[in-house]
Amino acid sequence: MADPMKIRATTLGDSTEVKVLMSHEMETGQRKDAQGQTIPAWFIQNVIVTWNGRTVLSAQWGTAVSKNPFLSFKFKGGAKGDRIAISWMDNRGDKRTDETVIA
Amino acid sequence: MKAVRAAVALVALAIAPSLLAQGSTADEIAKYRAALQDGNPAELWEGRGEALWKQQRGPKNVSLERCDLGLGAGVVKGAYAQLPRYFADADRVMDLETRLVWCMVTLQGYTEADAKKNPFGNGNDRKSDLEALTAYVTSESRGVKMNVPMRHAKEAEAYRVGEKLFYFRGGTHDFACATCHSEEGKRIRLQDLPDLTTAQGAQKAYTTWPAYRVSQGELRTFEWRLYDCFRQQRFPELVFGSDAAIALTMFLARNANGAPFDAPAIKR
Ligand code: HEC
Repeated sequence: MADPMKIRATTLGDSTEVKVLMSHEMETGQRKDAQGQTIPAWFIQNVIVTWNGRTVLSAQWGTAVSKNPFLSFKFKGGAKGDRIAISWMDNRGDKRTDETVIA
Repeated sequence: MKAVRAAVALVALAIAPSLLAQGSTADEIAKYRAALQDGNPAELWEGRGEALWKQQRGPKNVSLERCDLGLGAGVVKGAYAQLPRYFADADRVMDLETRLVWCMVTLQGYTEADAKKNPFGNGNDRKSDLEALTAYVTSESRGVKMNVPMRHAKEAEAYRVGEKLFYFRGGTHDFACATCHSEEGKRIRLQDLPDLTTAQGAQKAYTTWPAYRVSQGELRTFEWRLYDCFRQQRFPELVFGSDAAIALTMFLARNANGAPFDAPAIKR
């Protein structure tokens, strides 16, 4: 199973900044192994972030996103103690969800 | 319900352009590092290492929380800033990686071969526990001034051997570490080569390892750095945890004394 994400969420004024590190190989499908065989594409395809259960970001990713991706975004609202949950699913169907509270 | 607006930036560029001169490659690389600093994936290794440190593992099913890294059993904070050092129980000078192996053997009951079978990880299928543990322990010395001791005769000996090795020329190219690392302003490909013979050069280099290598997508430790420079030097493969590796580490770590430790960092 994938390693836990590292999440930071802080409210500044009327908006909240969320920063997430995800552990994922993000294989492009363009590389070959030592035997010359193509290494199959393997990447995070869907990302959903919720704030107290409400979706604030929903994204579709492709192979152009780097290995161990870093995602940073802001949304309007949020207060100390609110719950932020992040889920991703990759093209193999692996998934992972991690949570934090806004600091 | 109020619409929720989200502003997305996949990479938040937090650079003050005025601070950085335009133009030279080194400056551009510095900018690139600054852009990545905010979301350094090394944190993923730190997190995994902390979990491994606390987890009951090995044939004896105990955690590493009683491991003595030099400041007493279980003290992690600041320990890396005082390594390598002499350990009476092992009657040997040890760097962090060697000490971790020692604790995995004596506390957790692993064989030495098992404990050090994967010092440098490779992708998802070959994650290295040692790299993760090293990331965690070193992160607990961030901001602590380097203070490598030289009280014991074996510490002084390791330093002298390390210094000898640094200047020792050999191999197919008749290279020493000093060939590439003892002058200001040298380059290979686009990389500036640090002058490791000055206090400032040793400090800057030593305090920024381990590092997440963006080009490899892996966190690398100081032993890996030495291993790879042995390869660049066309020397025989540097054996992990060997006296040679520890002596060179001792030489550079001790020369970095006085500077605040600032890793795990991020490098190209
Ligand atoms: C053939 C030239 C060459 C030789 C010989 C060489 N290195 Fe290096 N060294 C490099 C290169 C290239 C880098 C990487 C610079 C970069 O990627 O920015 C490097 C990086 C380093 C770093 C990290 C510097 C930093 O700031 O991150 C250390 C420490 C180091 N070398 C130590 C040594 C030691 C000790 C030896 C002798 C065993 C040695 N090197 C021999 C070329 C060399």
